[in-house]
Amino acid sequence: MKSFAEYTQQLKNYRLQLQPDPYQPVEEYFTCQVANMGSVMLPLLNGWYVHKDSQLTIYPDGVIAGSLKAAMAQYPELVQASLQPLKDHVQDELTLSNQEQFTDGIFLYVPDNVKVEKPFQIVSLVNSREDLLVQNRHLIHLGENAELSVIQCDDSTKYGKTFLNVVTAITLNKQARLHYYKTENKEAESLLFNHLYVNQCAESFFHSNAITFNAGYVCNDIHVNLNEPFAEAQLYGLYLVDKTQQCENRIKVSHNCPDCKSFQLYKGIMDDEAEATFHGHVVVQPDAQRTNAFQTNRNILLTDKAKINTQPFLEIYADDVQCSHGATVGQLDDEALYYLRTRGIGERSARKLLMFAFANEICQHVDIQALKDRLSDMVQRRLNGELTICDQCMLHNADNGGLIFPIDPTKL
Amino acid sequence: MLKIENLHVSIKGREILKGVNLEVHAGEVHAIMGPNGTGKSTLASVIAGKEGYEVTEGKIIYKGKNLMDLSIEDRAREGIFIGFQYPVEIPGVSIANFMRTALNEIRQYRGLDPLNGAQFLKLMNEKKKVVELTEKLSNRSVNEGFSGGEKKRNEIFQMAMLEPTLSILDETDSGLDIDALRIVANGVNQLKNQDNATIVITHYQRLLDYIVPDVVHVLFDGKIVKTGPKELALELEKRGYDWIKEEYEQHKLS
Repeated sequence: MKSFAEYTQQLKNYRLQLQPDPYQPVEEYFTCQVANMGSVMLPLLNGWYVHKDSQLTIYPDGVIAGSLKAAMAQYPELVQASLQPLKDHVQDELTLSNQEQFTDGIFLYVPDNVKVEKPFQIVSLVNSREDLLVQNRHLIHLGENAELSVIQCDDSTKYGKTFLNVVTAITLNKQARLHYYKTENKEAESLLFNHLYVNQCAESFFHSNAITFNAGYVCNDIHVNLNEPFAEAQLYGLYLVDKTQQCENRIKVSHNCPDCKSFQLYKGIMDDEAEATFHGHVVVQPDAQRTNAFQTNRNILLTDKAKINTQPFLEIYADDVQCSHGATVGQLDDEALYYLRTRGIGERSARKLLMFAFANEICQHVDIQALKDRLSDMVQRRLNGELTICDQCMLHNADNGGLIFPIDPTKL
Repeated sequence: MLKIENLHVSIKGREILKGVNLEVHAGEVHAIMGPNGTGKSTLASVIAGKEGYEVTEGKIIYKGKNLMDLSIEDRAREGIFIGFQYPVEIPGVSIANFMRTALNEIRQYRGLDPLNGAQFLKLMNEKKKVVELTEKLSNRSVNEGFSGGEKKRNEIFQMAMLEPTLSILDETDSGLDIDALRIVANGVNQLKNQDNATIVITHYQRLLDYIVPDVVHVLFDGKIVKTGPKELALELEKRGYDWIKEEYEQHKLS
């Protein structure tokens, strides 16, 4: 796989849209069809936030949600404070390009002691006949003892090629809790980078779950700083790739103080000539005693040409720690296969059942029931070869059954 | 229904079964008893079709078919069921999904239409009663986190769902307390009819108080060395296996 620097060279081949499209009632056309999820939509079109009433919504409990550009004008101090995670990490070339070029993004601010019940759902829509570059920046800031769930859907459509380079900075103050779900359903010719920079204060909890169903090339690049005691990060990921798709998960967790926990579980199934990378790096700094850090990467390769590069990596400078790392690349459990077959299940179906079980473990860690059910169903059908997209998504429900964006701005 | 003739089986070149003969008819319950390591579980595995078992001599005829010609799943589809001594845990596969897949593949093999969701649920609720299962099974993974008793009850539940013609229960009583033993045995008895047969493999007489066999066989040194009525089990319970060994050695010498 190429380096970030090489990908940066490709940015110039795409068009960055410097102005938002004229307002279209995207929210009227686009609603997430996953039943009972009750999420609040935060739609982005070609890299710009879209909303009918205002660019920024301020809720009675003090929650602010909407366009980052608008927040920069209205709440410059809050925005400044939310940028800290970006400053604390060494930034790669793509993140730096985002710094220079970002158009808009989502700003989510939750004040102290506010527990947001409905999840916010960031949906990045791309509708362009040209090869489009989207440079989005999202800032998520949780006050002390605040709670929030965010779902990020990255879907693409069949028109031009797209290059999405998304940088998200997350600040979790003392005892804040954030669940962050990502589903990635990309067209074969798309590139998607999700860079996540997270700073965690004392006793905060961060849960990330990234599920890649399809990829041209997808990279989840996660950096977590555990800066104060008793902070905990749980990172899960699943990648189901086939054909010539590529998916990378690059994770760096820094234990910068004592008594923190981090947990990583990444699983993948690679078919055809697909290729995936797991690069998990945990650093335990010298004074980070009583660290608990666990890392697991499990893979199933279905063909000789499919490829996994796995590199679980612990860098430990403290002595009183519990750390483990492991990677497996293998086949399915023969005993389980035998058991299923003795009940009359053919070998092919038995393999499918076990593959589903393998993959579905990651879905089981989703805390929103409606989303969990939906993701399980998608995993099941993805493995059956029936699904290439979230088919309940209006984006993909054109009459011809193709992956055609139903909102054609020229017709509105 | 089942006819085993002079069956010799080796694992990695070591002969475990050394000429087993056994005939089972519809409506019968057979018990196979014997000390550890004499080939009881091997016999069950060979009938199931497990890999790694080499039949070097003899044959197994089931419903007129040579069993060795059938795949593991086709044996099950022809009505053979194995109740395992150590059922595997399969995290992530729900019992409901597992049973529905199994049942529908068996139905397809027999040229029947698949059951729809409602029919399947109805059947599952009915069959749960056979082993006094009250909890919801749809969300539980196969055997995951089950106690020894729950695993065995789950085996008999599967047997009830699949309605086999020949069931082989391998050490189904091991690891069961008296209540679980009663439930499991009751389940097996409820499923018994004129058209099916059961082979119970066990160490102890205890299970046979509940599941009463028509015939008892003693497997020793890879062969069935003694066959008798149900009273044979009681005698084994009283006298142990040593006298069988002695008889066998004497028989060998003569």
